[in-house]
Amino acid sequence: MKKSKSGYIGFKESRKIVKYNKQQIRYYERLKKRKHIPREEYLATMKNEDNVVEFDDLHTYFFTDTGTVKAVNGVSFDIPAHSTVGVVGESGCGKSVTSLSLLRLVQAPQGQIVSGSIRYKTKDGDCYDITKLPQDMMEKISGKEISMIFQEPMTSLNPVFTIGYQLDEVSLLHIEGATKESAREKSIEMLKLVGIANAEGVYKSYPHELSGGMRQRVMIAMALCCQPNLIIADEPTTALDVTIQAQILDLLRELKDKLDSSIMLITHDLGVIAEMADYVVVMYAGKVIEAGNVFEIFDNPSHPYTIGLLKSKPVINKKVDELYCIKGRVPSAVDLPDYCYFRDRCDMCTSACAGSYPEFVQLSPTHKVACHLYESKVLK
Amino acid sequence: MENQVENKNQTSASPKKPNAFVSGAKKLFTAGIPRKSLYDYEDVSPTEEELKENILIVNHLKKYFPVESNLIGRPIRYLKAVDDVSLKIPYGKTLGIVGESGCGKTTLGRTLLGLYDKTTGEVYFDGNNITNYGERQTNAIRKDMQVIFQDPYSSLSPRFTVGGIISEGVLVHKIVPRSQIKDYVVNLMERCGLQPQYYERYPYEFSGGQRQRICIARALAVKPKFVVCDEPVSALDVSIQAQILNLLRELQQEMKLAYMFISHDLSVVRHVSDSVGVMYLGSMVECGPTERIFDNPMHPYTRSLLSAVPVPDPRRKKDRIILQGTIPSPANPPSGCRFHTRCPECMEICKYKAPVYREYEEGHSCACHLYDPGYLSDPVGYKAAYSEADAVFAAFPSNVD
Amino acid sequence: MEEEQNTNPQQTEVAAEGAMQTVEGTENLSDRVKVLSPARLVLKRFFRSKLSVIGLVTLLVLYLVCFIGPLFSDMTYETIDYNGAQNAQSTEITYTVEGVEYTMYDITYTESINLKAYPSAKHWLGTDENGRDVLMRVLYGGQISLTIGIVVVVLETLIGVIMGGIAGYFGKWVDQIIMRIVDIFYCIPQMPILLICSAILAANEVNGIARIYWLCLVLVFFGWAGTARLVRGQILSLREQEFMLAERSMGVPVRRKIFLHLIPNVLPLLIVQMTLGLGSVILTESTLSYLGLGVPIPYATWGNIIQALRDFTTLQYHFHIWGPPGICIMLAVLSFNFVGDGLRDAFDPKMKK
Repeated sequence: MKKSKSGYIGFKESRKIVKYNKQQIRYYERLKKRKHIPREEYLATMKNEDNVVEFDDLHTYFFTDTGTVKAVNGVSFDIPAHSTVGVVGESGCGKSVTSLSLLRLVQAPQGQIVSGSIRYKTKDGDCYDITKLPQDMMEKISGKEISMIFQEPMTSLNPVFTIGYQLDEVSLLHIEGATKESAREKSIEMLKLVGIANAEGVYKSYPHELSGGMRQRVMIAMALCCQPNLIIADEPTTALDVTIQAQILDLLRELKDKLDSSIMLITHDLGVIAEMADYVVVMYAGKVIEAGNVFEIFDNPSHPYTIGLLKSKPVINKKVDELYCIKGRVPSAVDLPDYCYFRDRCDMCTSACAGSYPEFVQLSPTHKVACHLYESKVLK
Repeated sequence: MENQVENKNQTSASPKKPNAFVSGAKKLFTAGIPRKSLYDYEDVSPTEEELKENILIVNHLKKYFPVESNLIGRPIRYLKAVDDVSLKIPYGKTLGIVGESGCGKTTLGRTLLGLYDKTTGEVYFDGNNITNYGERQTNAIRKDMQVIFQDPYSSLSPRFTVGGIISEGVLVHKIVPRSQIKDYVVNLMERCGLQPQYYERYPYEFSGGQRQRICIARALAVKPKFVVCDEPVSALDVSIQAQILNLLRELQQEMKLAYMFISHDLSVVRHVSDSVGVMYLGSMVECGPTERIFDNPMHPYTRSLLSAVPVPDPRRKKDRIILQGTIPSPANPPSGCRFHTRCPECMEICKYKAPVYREYEEGHSCACHLYDPGYLSDPVGYKAAYSEADAVFAAFPSNVD
Repeated sequence: MEEEQNTNPQQTEVAAEGAMQTVEGTENLSDRVKVLSPARLVLKRFFRSKLSVIGLVTLLVLYLVCFIGPLFSDMTYETIDYNGAQNAQSTEITYTVEGVEYTMYDITYTESINLKAYPSAKHWLGTDENGRDVLMRVLYGGQISLTIGIVVVVLETLIGVIMGGIAGYFGKWVDQIIMRIVDIFYCIPQMPILLICSAILAANEVNGIARIYWLCLVLVFFGWAGTARLVRGQILSLREQEFMLAERSMGVPVRRKIFLHLIPNVLPLLIVQMTLGLGSVILTESTLSYLGLGVPIPYATWGNIIQALRDFTTLQYHFHIWGPPGICIMLAVLSFNFVGDGLRDAFDPKMKK
């Protein structure tokens, strides 16, 4: 009794969780390990042909010792072609796991895509459901058609190889008929594209010889090597200094116009989102709570969480006396109840909030929000 | 023994015989740095009035780390992490320090607290000159100056309970009688937004925001007068950031604290500070009241820094001053004005001659040739004064090691 | 937990400050989640690996059997079984008295030692070349082998912690001196020195139990250097952690810093190191004893039971004499290593999962 009071898991409970996890993990791993999956199983059709990716009711869970963490809990949004979709939210809201699910990089065996689908349209015009795709097909897509820029440019480059070697490797791996010479040419061309003046010099240098900003440029060059359909940028500027961040954001914006690929930008910085994104998806505790285009979100934020988020960030060109703050903490995604997860932190809580988790309300063709406040307004 | 412990690699001042020992020790430690470069400033001790107004006055503080030694272990090259910084913090006010990584802002804070030994410079704290304080004296005033670190994960002892962590300083400095410690700590925890039942918990069970609250409670438990906040909100989420900032502000008003708020986030600094210092490669380039710095920045670096911050407004025009290149290594800083390699308004003179850090308006100081009276009155002549011959001469100034 | 939160009078006070709040009648979502207690976390990680659990069980069984087993028998490690097969020896003595030839038969029955007997109901593992019960010797041997291990490792760790702690914390010339001594210990070839030491002990006729103590001391003398180096490295890295900086800025006295903050953080690593060390000490002791330089013969250790291997016929025909102690050594060392690995994973905070 004393234990449970102090908030620790009891022995029996713990045994139950472990047993459940084992069973679940075995089930999903077996599904993944099947051989010769028929093509029909992973072929899908896009809802809208203009989209590159459609997340549809995606659930990605982590089976941990403290319980099942529903990191992504029914996420649906689209990434239209040639546009930037910003995913914003606080740590633990599932934004990174969403992107990892898209590349099927969720840390197994604890992390499993449990249900839902991610429809992806390849360059050839085929449409696959990534959650059901066999591993060998996935390898063809990730890196070549979908590439990723990570937060830490220090750790995502291999320190024992030269920049050139690592860049060449990408082209040799993914571009058919690439030779050493063509790969080298391509690499140097890419380095020049990302604004590195001394491309030949950087080609020969090792990662530790470059500064953080330069490394991030190299990472971008690497991501762009195969002219991907979609670039996932996971907090690309968080580890960088402000002036370097400005350079990188500028570069990304420039490149977006040059190349015809979409960007899925994951960040916690609303400033970065405002500058870069065309569409914004706001996530909270594994769910999308608001989505719309960038003007709708910033001019007319509707969900109390979005409103609070925008108000609680100090802004450089305004001085406020007291910052607005969202009270409480982000809930951890274990055993969440069936009501609005933001309820206990919300200022605008009404009696309706005691009910089940709110459905999406369409405020405009592109703007939707999951909040009880608007249900009643629409009804009226 | 204690002395040895605290000063990892350096011999430092003994408290008892400041004069002979200090100079001897300093000579030993600063061997290899030309004396001129260390002491080439006029020694001004603060006036009575200044001491009364300010909790902290720092004059020409320098902190050099040896990066290269010769065979017998005598350092021959230095990393000038903090190079000639002077500042004042009035009682109950906040000084914000901004700068990019590697600009020495963290070193500045830690040197002030005596966590690192300073190379030279004078520090006046709470009316006393603490420059030559020894270990014991420093320990005694430690409870008056506290620190909150950036990383709430590594700054809490992993094998202590929350209660143990917060009460440690109280126990050591005998802030309250032993029997009342628990009540005192629980009270403080509540004040910092921590529930009393967390007293027996371990830090790993908490999220970043709560850990930072623990850090704040620990720092405030010894009733300090001055707190160095070293990027206290950088590792936190936006909504938690606001909570912590508000908490810090409330506590400041309540306990009449003075803060030195170190951050790379300009918007946060603007929110909390009364005055702001901008650092670049170890030296202060501009310092002044917050309003002035943000509305009317003088130094080109401050200007570009301000324009680089992304603003959550999609309609804002995206034309900004984008600085080219990266921050040079502090171990090998450029000659002349340290910013000249990236400065959009760089002149010839900037490459050779370091600008003087001057007060231009009430409390607003800046180090830039653009505002030099000589330049303002006769720009052409000022530039011409640096003819090529001078330039060659200036390229090897006497203080280059 | 729910109840406690809502009835907590301070709750509303805190809430008023906007720091942490529970909406009336609902529970705070972020506080719903329970976590594992620190001890359970360590146990859980330890028991996750099957090998370390097997190791732990094996060790427990070994210790129990070695220390309790002999109580059920009236034999000890030096009891010699004289009930060998009876030999009737007759000697024919012929002598002549006055022309008549007399023949006398002198028949003596000798009690012989029951040596190298194969396993039987009486001697479960047979007897050795001196007629002593192998099982008893293995059990008594286990007592000495397993105890020597613990004594040596504990002493070794104590010295290592003190030396390493001083070197790591005080740094500078203290560090230099201690670490150079450690270096010297590292480059001394251990085995020859141990042989020499044993020879000296033998020459000075240090025998019996005293020899065992001396053996322990010698092993400790050569063993502490590794621990010292480990502790020093650990303390050096801990000293740079921010929480140590925080302690410094708090003005916490040196002694408190060392004993309350540094040592507890080194402890898990030490426990791992000790467990792994136990295995290697047992090996060294066995090696020495096998070479006849360790524990002297009437006493049994696993090592000197295997000494029987020197006899060729024993090697060929009497597995029951040298097999059991060999298997015991292997089991003990393996188990110590498994447990050590398990503990290392259990204490490592990075192994989150």
